[in-house]
Amino acid sequence: MHAAIVVFPGSNCDRDLKVAFENAGAKVSMVWHKDTEMPAGVDVIGVPGGFSFGDYLRCGAIAANSPICRSVVKHAEAGGYVLGVCNGFQVLTETGLLPGILLRNAGLKYVCKALDLKVETSESVYTSGYEAGSTITVPIAHHDGNYFADAETLERLNAQDRVAFRYVENPNGSQQDIAGILSENRRVLGMMPHPERMAETTHGGTDGAALFRTLVDQLAHA
Amino acid sequence: MKARVHVMLKTGVLDPQGEAVRHALGQLGFDGVEGVRQGKVIELDLTETDRAKAEKSVTEMCEKLLANTVIESYSVEIA
Repeated sequence: MHAAIVVFPGSNCDRDLKVAFENAGAKVSMVWHKDTEMPAGVDVIGVPGGFSFGDYLRCGAIAANSPICRSVVKHAEAGGYVLGVCNGFQVLTETGLLPGILLRNAGLKYVCKALDLKVETSESVYTSGYEAGSTITVPIAHHDGNYFADAETLERLNAQDRVAFRYVENPNGSQQDIAGILSENRRVLGMMPHPERMAETTHGGTDGAALFRTLVDQLAHA
Repeated sequence: MKARVHVMLKTGVLDPQGEAVRHALGQLGFDGVEGVRQGKVIELDLTETDRAKAEKSVTEMCEKLLANTVIESYSVEIA
């Protein structure tokens, strides 16, 4: 199983994401934003957290138009898997691979803490290691995680079982407590919380590890 | 040729920053401010000399990068 992790100027969770993928058994290639092609045989692309391009204009907007993101979109449109965490989620909404957008937190403050998430669906390679309805503890660390989409989009996300995670206690004003969503083909996941920061016992918990484990296992056998 | 782009949050999209500014104005004693919406102004220096072409090109820039039409509306002034 081969994972590629995209690195933008200002990414700061790229190496954490690499370690989480490697611990789950994946081979990992780091890919620079100016590259135009993914390495051959990539199964999943990780778009990491951080502050790509200083969050200029809108979070993720400049990154979404970088050369490598054209390959990310191409990979996803060809049925490939993409995981976007935090700033990575913002980038994926800006590319249009995921609907909606992440606005400034309703409280206008950067929030960094571990909190409880409800797993809403186990119907994806990312969440099949969890039981739907169960609660996991994963940290958030963001200033712009307030999920917004129009009523029609929200209805569609719910009807198609595409909300992957909801906050048990809403930290940022997200509509319907949404913390993570899936694409229509369920192969692209964007989430504000950081599963890679809760994946080893030294992190204070391992609730995030199952996401990488099931993803790597299922794609290795695909 | 210069272009000026105004980007504003669409009606119905909550603007917590505008709301914080409104609150601060109230605390400074400016009564009667019922709402504040905060947007962006982007100025562009263009080599294009044809007004219609400049407007078309800046509109494409807005659609592709300068605004996110999920939440923002924009207007283009060519000067």
